[in-house]
Amino acid sequence: MIEFQHVSFAYEKNVPVLKDLSFRIDTGEAVGLIGANGAGKSTVMKLLLGLLEGEGKILVDGTEVRRDTLPEIRRKLGFVLQNSDNQMFMPTVYEDMMFAPLNYMLSRREAEARVDAVLKRLHLEDLKHRYNHRISGGEKRMAAIATILAMEPEVILMDEPTSALDPYNRRIVIDTIRELEQTKLITSHDLDMILDTCNRVILLSDGRIVADGTAEDILHDRALLEKHRMELPLSLMGRQE
Amino acid sequence: MNKMQKAIRELAEMDEMAVRSSPVHALHPLSKLIATVIYILVTLSFDKYDLSGLVPMVLWPVLLFQLSGIEVRSCFYKLRIVLPLVMAVGLFNPFFDKTVVLQLGSLPVTGGVISMLTLMLKGVFCLMASFLLMATTPIDNLCAALRMLHVPKLLVTLLLLTYRYVGVMTEELAVMTDAYHLRAPGQKGIHISAWGSFLGQLLLRSMDRAQELYSSMLLRGYHQHFHYADIPPFRTRDALYMAGCALFFLLLRCVRIAQILGGTLVR
Ligand SMILES: Nc1ncnc2c1ncn2[C@@H]1O[C@H](COP(=O)(O)OP(=O)(O)O)[C@@H](O)[C@H]1O
Ligand SMILES: [Mg+2]
Repeated sequence: MIEFQHVSFAYEKNVPVLKDLSFRIDTGEAVGLIGANGAGKSTVMKLLLGLLEGEGKILVDGTEVRRDTLPEIRRKLGFVLQNSDNQMFMPTVYEDMMFAPLNYMLSRREAEARVDAVLKRLHLEDLKHRYNHRISGGEKRMAAIATILAMEPEVILMDEPTSALDPYNRRIVIDTIRELEQTKLITSHDLDMILDTCNRVILLSDGRIVADGTAEDILHDRALLEKHRMELPLSLMGRQE
Repeated sequence: MNKMQKAIRELAEMDEMAVRSSPVHALHPLSKLIATVIYILVTLSFDKYDLSGLVPMVLWPVLLFQLSGIEVRSCFYKLRIVLPLVMAVGLFNPFFDKTVVLQLGSLPVTGGVISMLTLMLKGVFCLMASFLLMATTPIDNLCAALRMLHVPKLLVTLLLLTYRYVGVMTEELAVMTDAYHLRAPGQKGIHISAWGSFLGQLLLRSMDRAQELYSSMLLRGYHQHFHYADIPPFRTRDALYMAGCALFFLLLRCVRIAQILGGTLVR
């Protein structure tokens, strides 16, 4: 479904951020992209979405990410931004959710049916006509996820979906992610969340992939995680000596 | 809540006002837009000494406030930052134009004072008219109306994005002012020595956010084309409203209502 072939990227000359990255994600996988702050996780997302252009080849469903293929590619990818405030720009949740379906040429009625279905599925019916500036941080994050689901993407990309959430809202977001059947790529340093939502983990450090394996294996490896400036998930701390 | 956050809330409340229901809200955005433009043009066309001719122009906004249920108070409250600026425009006229045109008892009234008042009123009337348009018409519908008038797509998109973007900028400003005051307690405003870096930062930060917002639009299939809300068709009552307003303004402009009523103020 997604393939990176020898991808490198630098924001500024001579300061490489990603170095020769290669990996493949198959349809239906749930992959956690982990790494310390500044490891390059968000940059991977932006390259995949064609917001940045680097060296090497990125394929989505066999199509290369290039300027002329962007509309087709972006239609398949739903990206939940790290900061929901930057994602929601229409006055109400409803209008924001309508934005993508209307752009994809659905009629207003079809689009609204889709919006209602997503809201129902996430138990967010109450949010529909609320104003974006009047909802809480947790509600906003859920609304942002809802706007992306209304696109009906094949792959869901999430950049730090649990950042700045209290435990209660964090739990809601995690449960929601678990129930999504799409292919998922999630970046975070919230390793407990990754353990709960992903079956595979790619560990990024200093622009390189230093580990790629099952979530069980990598997230239990205290030495590996600490070497790359991360800690065991809290839920696993007790189980080790 | 600091001042800026309050300003954001007020801005957002315009959106909320605009979706209320009233006979004025129900009108077609195009007819409201055109009526407002004509009103502004007619208001500006009054001679700078024609205070008595200008005053009756207040009738239209007053009528709209009544019909739309928008509170006059909220209008002046929201415009409290711009109003003084508009009023300041004519402030120097009394110093330049000292010919006495009228004697009120023992008080001589100069041409400068009259033209100052005229300018101020023009500003206030135009602001009120624009406010009423915005308060009774959602921005999306207004943009749709502009497109119907064949205003270039790029300009309309720019207008819409600016409207949304102002919110982003004020939010950044709010965060920055709070951060500043936490480290400069007891200080009123921002010290002039910090203005340069403050403004620079504000610009960079809001540009970053605008960039993200724009990306988020692109990623959701936006390509230079907004799907504005469906607006109901232009009906007879919309045409009537537009024509009625235009006639009413022309009447006020050409017929000296004030004179007919016998209340001659000037000349
Ligand atoms: N717009 C930018 N300009 C220059 N450098 C950047 C920019 N964005 C990110 N970087 C740098 O690239 C590196 C990786 O950033 P990022 O992908 O955001 O990391 P992560 O998401 O893993 O925290 C960091 O060292 C960061 O400083
Ligand atoms: Mg990041």
